[in-house]
Amino acid sequence: MTEAQSEQVLRVDAYPTHEVGGYRVRAGKPFPFGANVVPGGVSFSVFSDQATSMSLVIYKRGEPEPMAELEFPEEFRTGSVFAMTVFGLDHENIEYGYRADGPFDPVTGHRFDARQVLSDPYARLIAGRDVWGVEPDRSRGYQYRSRVCLQDFDWGDDTPLGIPAEDLVVYEAHVRGFTRHPSSGVTAPGTFAGLREKIPYLKELGVNCIELLPVFEFDESDNPRSNPETGEQLFDYWGYNTVAFFAPKAGYAATGRYGMQGDEFRTLIKDLHAAGIEVILDVVFNHTAEGNEQGPTISFKGLDNATYYMLTPEGYYFNFSGTGNTVNCNHPVVRNYVLDCLRHWVADYHIDGFRFDLAAILGRSLDGTPLPNPPLLELLAYDPVLRHTKLIAEAWDAGGLYEVGNFPAYGRWAEWNGKYRDTVRSFLKGDPGITGELATRIAGSPDLYSSRGTSASVNFLTAHDGFTLADLVSYNDKHNEANGEGNNDGGNDNASWNCGAEGPTDDPEVNALRTRQMKNALAILFTSQGIPMLLSGDEVARTQQGNNNTYCQDNELSWFDWDQVDENAELLRFTREMIAFRKHHRELRSTAHPTGRMRDSLGLPDISWHGERAWQPDWSQESRLLAVARCGTGDDDVVYVAMNSHWESHDLELPALPGGRSWHLFADTGAEAPYDIRTPGAEQELDNAGKYLIGPRSVVILVGRTNDPETTGTP
Amino acid sequence: MTLNLKERRNKTGTVLVATGEINSETSGAMLQTLLPLVREGRPLRIDLTAVTYVSSAGLRTLLVVYREAQHAGVAVTLYGVSEEVRFVMSATGFLDFFETGEAAAAEAKVKARSAR
Repeated sequence: MTEAQSEQVLRVDAYPTHEVGGYRVRAGKPFPFGANVVPGGVSFSVFSDQATSMSLVIYKRGEPEPMAELEFPEEFRTGSVFAMTVFGLDHENIEYGYRADGPFDPVTGHRFDARQVLSDPYARLIAGRDVWGVEPDRSRGYQYRSRVCLQDFDWGDDTPLGIPAEDLVVYEAHVRGFTRHPSSGVTAPGTFAGLREKIPYLKELGVNCIELLPVFEFDESDNPRSNPETGEQLFDYWGYNTVAFFAPKAGYAATGRYGMQGDEFRTLIKDLHAAGIEVILDVVFNHTAEGNEQGPTISFKGLDNATYYMLTPEGYYFNFSGTGNTVNCNHPVVRNYVLDCLRHWVADYHIDGFRFDLAAILGRSLDGTPLPNPPLLELLAYDPVLRHTKLIAEAWDAGGLYEVGNFPAYGRWAEWNGKYRDTVRSFLKGDPGITGELATRIAGSPDLYSSRGTSASVNFLTAHDGFTLADLVSYNDKHNEANGEGNNDGGNDNASWNCGAEGPTDDPEVNALRTRQMKNALAILFTSQGIPMLLSGDEVARTQQGNNNTYCQDNELSWFDWDQVDENAELLRFTREMIAFRKHHRELRSTAHPTGRMRDSLGLPDISWHGERAWQPDWSQESRLLAVARCGTGDDDVVYVAMNSHWESHDLELPALPGGRSWHLFADTGAEAPYDIRTPGAEQELDNAGKYLIGPRSVVILVGRTNDPETTGTP
Repeated sequence: MTLNLKERRNKTGTVLVATGEINSETSGAMLQTLLPLVREGRPLRIDLTAVTYVSSAGLRTLLVVYREAQHAGVAVTLYGVSEEVRFVMSATGFLDFFETGEAAAAEAKVKARSAR
């Protein structure tokens, strides 16, 4: 007898006790919520505080009309939870939903509508949008159908990687956009399986964490607009409109039409882990796809509107998300829902961390006022299952709450540092009066995170929301006409500069400057303390033709063009070497903010600031030149980064080095490729040890080390 | 769609020829057929040439057989996996677990070439 056989035991609860609608049933277990395969059947459990009755609606897979509708007997209700085990169901070939009846009284928050079949908030799979972009049958009464899912994936010895936060190099990517372009050459473009085929590219680039735009089931076809110029249908491409929080998007899976998206996504994660790459999910708990009182009833609205949403005293939806509704995150029931959801992704999908969209909302009370000690954020910070996951907040919301530097962290939460983005962008443009703040930002923003350390700061210059790096240096203004909103959508405050011509140009000087500006941005990003985040495609100058809000553009504006890997090999090489350089120098990844105190072993401070003259930084309003030298605990070498956003070159006096060290050139963005950057450890010693001419709008990186690279640098 | 199973024994082991679909309805019967064969301890080849579709439950059943065979120290090979089934098995990671007849044959060819 094998182990599997010996574990088969007869259970009392494997026998039905009742019959409902011709099906043999018994009272289910209230926990866990959702649909769970149990001996002989499937246990269904759903919460509704105010429902007067609840029915389980079962469909044969793909059929328009239900095959059964089973009302929960009163004795199957525990508290406000309806739970029932139904025997004899072929779990693979059914879809299900709930019909909840109760009061329709918006002033008291209740919007029950017994005409609607509702998705299970805990559904682990959804049917109805199985293949991306296929026009749905809108005549169907029940669009987003819950499905039963087995949770027996064979993970082997995979576990979350636990890379220290300070060592992360995050790559923000869109599952579909990464391989949908015809040039991707993968077997299944635009899918989890396609992304899996590109793991070698990510590994070679050197990133060790991929942050995926939303992968929870959403409906890409819920955008009614079309491109005013071409007439083409516009989509909800980014997917920040969640339909089902526990379900991976079927349309992102090559096997979604077979309902195997869960396994396909897990396989991607497993292989990313095997390549040393963590997976962070961009999660959207601030609102749902149900919109305001005009929006569709999909799940929460019909099950327990007053619990799940923040409502005004008149029963309208608060709109701190800018999208119609706001999830009632600090309601005790909703807190547990969010916790259950994240635990599910960690335990059942081995996810390494989460980036929370508009996370300031997670700190609002039931009436919308910001809480000093938000219970949800504390709960997530201390939860045993989430204990070692990364928690990253987008620490603002559309209701005007801006908490960068003040997000309730509980020693755990990091933040997208919007101030880092704005400062470095402004410096790159050549704005005056920036050097002082630039110093603060590249040192890990001690003004914001003094008690939390540098890894509380996720440093980024570009993200999905805004210009790409190539567009940041090619456009002064956004060009969002293709979105069909009269160019009124997207941010206006971009701190971008087109380098002398708006958009594409044949002018070689402008193009050379743009390339240099991109390298400057990357050089600053990867030598700053804090966690660097790179937007997918920035390493090959991906353009969105000036569109800074491509949320609806499922086309070449958004997709990663793999031909650019060859066309922009120079920038790609620069990015790879910069990432490698960061890994090579622990002082760039120090968790402690530098203090300027002297390091005994080298006779240099952990950080020192310089200008044209060594030890004499110029903090004046007109200064556009700043140099920083770092040496940190455990390393014997010194890293010197000079940043010049002035349109003129400057002679730099280099600080003297102790202990037989000399300055070696790692990167000079003013130099022609391939002399713009070296491989870490193979830097070239300077002929003139005391001086270096930095070109206009350039960044120079030097390493102070002995001539034996083997003895210096600590990976 | 049903699943037909035919068993054939030869000198080197047992071959089970499957025809139809392997899904949640048919996989239970397949498991009942396969587990006793695994316990016999002879090498087992599952011929899927005439299998048009393997569902999520079907893939799990094949993996259960494979795991049972590993415990018993029995070699199990999948043979004749169609392009569509292979694609699904590859995308969902199941293919990584199995020895497939094609791969084994290719490996044998490489070995033969290098032996020359």
